[in-house]
Amino acid sequence: MSESLKRPKFCRGMVCRVTCVTGDGEHVCRLLDLGLTPGTEFSVVKVAPLGDPVEIDVRGARLCLRRRETQGLDFEQVEQSG
Amino acid sequence: MARTKAAPASTACVALVGNPNSGKTTLFNALTGMNQKVGNYPGVTVEKVTGTYSHQGSQYEVVDVPGLYSMRPVSLDEELATKAMAGTEGRPPDVIVFVLDASNLERNLFLFSQTLAAGLPTVVALTMTDMLARERAEIDVAALESRLGVPVVNVVAHRKQGLAELQDAVARAIAERTVPDIDLGFPTVVREAVFRLHDALARAGIDANRSEVREALLNPESAWNSKLEGNPDIVRAFQEERQAVLGESIQGRTVDAQTRYAWAAKVRRAVLHSSDSRVRAVSDAIDRVLTHRVFGLLIFFGLMYLVFQSIYTFASPIMGWIENGIQAVQAAVSPALAGTPLLQSLVVDGVLAGIGAVVVFLPQIAILFCFIGILEGTGYLARAAFLMDRILGWCGLNGRAFIPLLSSFACAVPGIMAARVMPDARSRMATALVAPFMSCSARLPVYVLLIGAFVEPQFGPAVAGAVLFLMHFVGLAVAVPMVWILNRSLFKTKRLPFVLELPRYQWPRWRDVALTVTTRVKVFLQTAGTIIFVMSIVIWALLSFPKSEAMDSRYKAAYQSQSESFKEARSEENYIQAQRVRDSYLGQFGRAIEPAFVPAGFDWRITTAVLAAFPAREVVVSALGIIFSLGGDADEESVDLRSALAQARWPDGRPLMTMASAASLMVFFALCAQCLATLATIKRETGSWKWAAFSFASMTTLAYLAAVVVFQVGSRLL
Repeated sequence: MSESLKRPKFCRGMVCRVTCVTGDGEHVCRLLDLGLTPGTEFSVVKVAPLGDPVEIDVRGARLCLRRRETQGLDFEQVEQSG
Repeated sequence: MARTKAAPASTACVALVGNPNSGKTTLFNALTGMNQKVGNYPGVTVEKVTGTYSHQGSQYEVVDVPGLYSMRPVSLDEELATKAMAGTEGRPPDVIVFVLDASNLERNLFLFSQTLAAGLPTVVALTMTDMLARERAEIDVAALESRLGVPVVNVVAHRKQGLAELQDAVARAIAERTVPDIDLGFPTVVREAVFRLHDALARAGIDANRSEVREALLNPESAWNSKLEGNPDIVRAFQEERQAVLGESIQGRTVDAQTRYAWAAKVRRAVLHSSDSRVRAVSDAIDRVLTHRVFGLLIFFGLMYLVFQSIYTFASPIMGWIENGIQAVQAAVSPALAGTPLLQSLVVDGVLAGIGAVVVFLPQIAILFCFIGILEGTGYLARAAFLMDRILGWCGLNGRAFIPLLSSFACAVPGIMAARVMPDARSRMATALVAPFMSCSARLPVYVLLIGAFVEPQFGPAVAGAVLFLMHFVGLAVAVPMVWILNRSLFKTKRLPFVLELPRYQWPRWRDVALTVTTRVKVFLQTAGTIIFVMSIVIWALLSFPKSEAMDSRYKAAYQSQSESFKEARSEENYIQAQRVRDSYLGQFGRAIEPAFVPAGFDWRITTAVLAAFPAREVVVSALGIIFSLGGDADEESVDLRSALAQARWPDGRPLMTMASAASLMVFFALCAQCLATLATIKRETGSWKWAAFSFASMTTLAYLAAVVVFQVGSRLL
């Protein structure tokens, strides 16, 4: 059940897939280095109590990213678990 | 194991490379133990850590390369790390020990695939396998070895397992000099383009291996391309191939990252055997409590309260013992040197006081780094940053700045040192520059004295308490806009996303905690301590000279000619001491710059006391005591000092200290950089006097302007 949204709002338990790289620069390179390459699925493990950052599980690693700092990548929501 | 200053030619150089949180530091500590040297790369808050070990009669120098995510540097730390590996900083390493975190294979393998391009013999140290075992997962080391084409040694550094095998493998790798070469599975178009370009380079007489050519092809910004600039044909060939393969520039890195990660995922699938799906189950259960929106925050604030109390309250008896100890030594030494007053003063007020000024910081530094070692070692520090990032992130800092800034409310020195928990050089710099604005405990005596003398008698204890509370936020109120501006001006270049890793919880490694504490204490004593000691003696000299018998007898005569009531109020000794300070170089300077401080409501006496407080803010109280002929023992609770301040007059008879000038002096102290130890620590942590000078100049300017505004507005309103 794939629901295609250009940039879904992160919430706990959500599983997303990186669809394409739209941005440029150091910032996007860092996200690629961390394994957020096109086609990669990641799940949102937790949202910080104050709403930001979000903890994601990508390739078995737990990373925190700020919502606005994921700009430059496009996602689609794959499923909503839990 | 002998410690060598400059490594002799026979010493092999080992570069320890890996992701942040890969267990690199634990391995480094296990390999080198106490044989570590901590330096600083000049001008940046990046430390250069090296250590040595000997194995079967040979010496090895280990460079602990800063943790990195990519060999394409995007942060300052990574830039220095890649330089260290390329050998532009010193000589290139003989061998790379790649620290591979078994619990985070894909991302670690991604970096591994990039380090191959350095063309150096490599050994993989596989860490965290004990953690995987607890989650009933296992790595097939033999399969990993054949996939990576390099020796893989399983190490459990904190239990010293696998260290000897690792050292053997390192020795063999250096002797055999085999450079790994593996097929990462780049798309055929890329491989063919690399093949053609490699040939073209060879024809042009340029020596390059395939991975270097690929790097130059896929990454137009790489250093490799600048080396080709002298050769227009080659540059054109690269451009054409790049156009054909990629199209847009970002696609190069995307293709590169995608290929490497696809390779890494393939390797992981082949070597990792997991029989249990409950990966990280324990860690996640702990996280559900510790990052809970209610309990998580409560536990966080409870822990932070404990940390703060420890350095603010619990450290003070130890600091008291140190001060008493120094005083006891001073008292013991003083009579022996009574025959030579100048030497006596130098030893007692200069050297011993200088040593005291350094050692007194050690309890706070040791306690804070013990906490940081534990919090970092367990993985909690990352959670604390996760909880606090929103509060600190908007002005350009990040969640990790919380502990350094909180600690700075006790003392900026351990606070600035704690800035190294921040992952990148620029946020460390920003934190180190705003930390001194936090209201440290040394400002308290100044506030207590002035509030006690001017606010409390007029408005009562409730208002006095409120003012004292508000004074603690003056620095914070200035620091927040300051860091906001710094981030939009000085540190504008390269804003990186804030990446925080949440590693699995684990028990702290006590050996690592102990090493953290001893390293920090050692670093402080060796660098900041030396500066503080030397400058304390300089300030002593400025306060003690010029000095002559003739001047002393003139002071004596002046005292004798005073009225009886004058003599009753102050002893001859204290009077002479006050006159000496007035005529000292510092006193002369204070009188010379008095006109500049008149707009802030300070006369030469206040100005001189402020100048004399350069070694440490709290010195202003005893300096005022001396200047007002009450002796240097006067403290902030002293009734005599309070009344002396209240009765002091300008030459024209106006009262010197009013509510406005007291407020102005307090605001000045809230913002000024009258703390030698802080400046020495900034110098040490940033590796440059430039930042210490910047901090001093900006804080002093702000303090002066704020004091002038407060006095000018205050004297019209109050």
